[in-house]
This record gives sequence, structure tokens and C-alpha cells, in this order.
Amino acid sequence: MDLNIAGIILDVTEDGYLTDVSQWNKEIAVEIAKVENIELTDRHWEVLAWLQEQVKNEVALSIRGIKKSGIIDIKEFYALFPGGPLKVSTKIAGVPKPKSCI
Amino acid sequence: MGKTKVKKMLFILSKATIENAYAAFVMANGARMEGIESEIFFTFFGLEAIQKKKLEHLRVATVGNPAMHMPTMLGGLPGVEAFATKMMKKEMEKLDMPPIGEFLEILSDSGCKLWGCKLAVDMFHLKKEDLIDQLDGIITIGDFYNRADQEGTHLLFI
Repeated sequence: MDLNIAGIILDVTEDGYLTDVSQWNKEIAVEIAKVENIELTDRHWEVLAWLQEQVKNEVALSIRGIKKSGIIDIKEFYALFPGGPLKVSTKIAGVPKPKSCI
Repeated sequence: MGKTKVKKMLFILSKATIENAYAAFVMANGARMEGIESEIFFTFFGLEAIQKKKLEHLRVATVGNPAMHMPTMLGGLPGVEAFATKMMKKEMEKLDMPPIGEFLEILSDSGCKLWGCKLAVDMFHLKKEDLIDQLDGIITIGDFYNRADQEGTHLLFI
């Protein structure tokens, strides 16, 4: 599936996740966030960077991992990315959709 | 939120075996992670899962559980239930499933409401102090039905 964001054609999955992480940049993140009705703040960027780092290190993302992250607690995570925080934040971070049930 | 028509999940947990408690917790947490509201009403033996002194000691049912593939008489021998529970907890830890106490914290922090059943609390002579701090209150089943306040609400008895 193709998605046109900020004049760039992106290859995305059916759910709207980037298939090629190297296509990600901050401008694209801002645009994806807009679709999710989120205006990115410094706090969002911190969390997005942490998520990308986890994925780079091949750590499976889960809500339990957020609790242990030391960077954000679960309450704030839900507040920053409403409507399913792990799904929404990973989409904005340009990383694959997490497969965990927890 | 995705395309789901489910907007709110209300769970009634009436049993305190590990498999039932985790079924409720995984589904309630899974709902929150999809942007769906969720709440759990703990009643009868389900109350064990929110009693401070008991919640880390829930066990697997080894008797009357055909899926254990274990002769019923063997399942009733001393130590078998404890052993099966230990094995299951080990497997769950491998999958990064949190222990009951931590799972309740995750649920509460995620906005899942946790309720104690007033009738069962009275019946087992429990006090508020016996129950976890994250509990949102002790309510009647009528109160709980009233939580089903929007289209797309579903009730599930476990």
C-alpha cells in the first residue's frame, strides 16, 4: 500500500505502518501523528526515540516493558497516545506493529 | 481506535484459578491497548485475585480440568497442584506475562476499572483493607450493569 505524506510516497502495511524504517523522518512522524490527532511534544519525541531504540535492539515491545522502561509510566503513555498507545506510538515511530498480547 | 464496533468490555471474574484470572486480565488489558474501555467486577472466588494476602498464591486447577491431561486422582495428590502451578508460572514468565499483583497495577494504570462485588465481600467478611489499593470501589451487580452505559458494550462472565 502506498501513502503520500509530505510529498513522499511511503510504502505502508494495511494498518498504516511503514514497511521500510529507513523511510522514517521527523516530518513524516508529525504527519502520521496528525492523522491520529496527536500534536507531538518533546515528551512524545523522547518516547518515540526510546521505542525505536528498543526495536533496534530487538526487544519485543509490550505494556509491561513500558512500565519497566524508566522513561515513561503507563498512565502518561496512555495520556500521550490515546486510543491504544502501543499501536499508535509505534505507527508514529515508524517501527513495526507490536505482536504482543500484553 | 481501529474498525471494531466494541467500545467497552465489562468482565465478571467469579473464579480464582490462575487460568481464569489471566484470561480476564489479558482480555481487559488487550481491550485497553486497542482503545476499548474495560472494567472487571470481582465476585465470589474471583475476589481472591484482589486480596492482598492471596493474590500471589492463585493456582492452576489440576482436578476437574480435562485439558491438564492428567488422571483426576493424580491431580488430587499433595503437591501436584503446586507443581503444575509452578510450571505454568515459569512458562508465563518466559512470555513476559506479569505476576497477578503487577498485572493489576498495569490494568489500573491503563485505566481499567477494578470493582469488588459487595455481596461477595460481605459474604467472605472482607474489609476494604484486605483488598488491593488500586480497587476503584465495592459495588453491587446493579451498579456494575449501570457501567454498561454506551452502545457497543459487552459483558463477559468468567
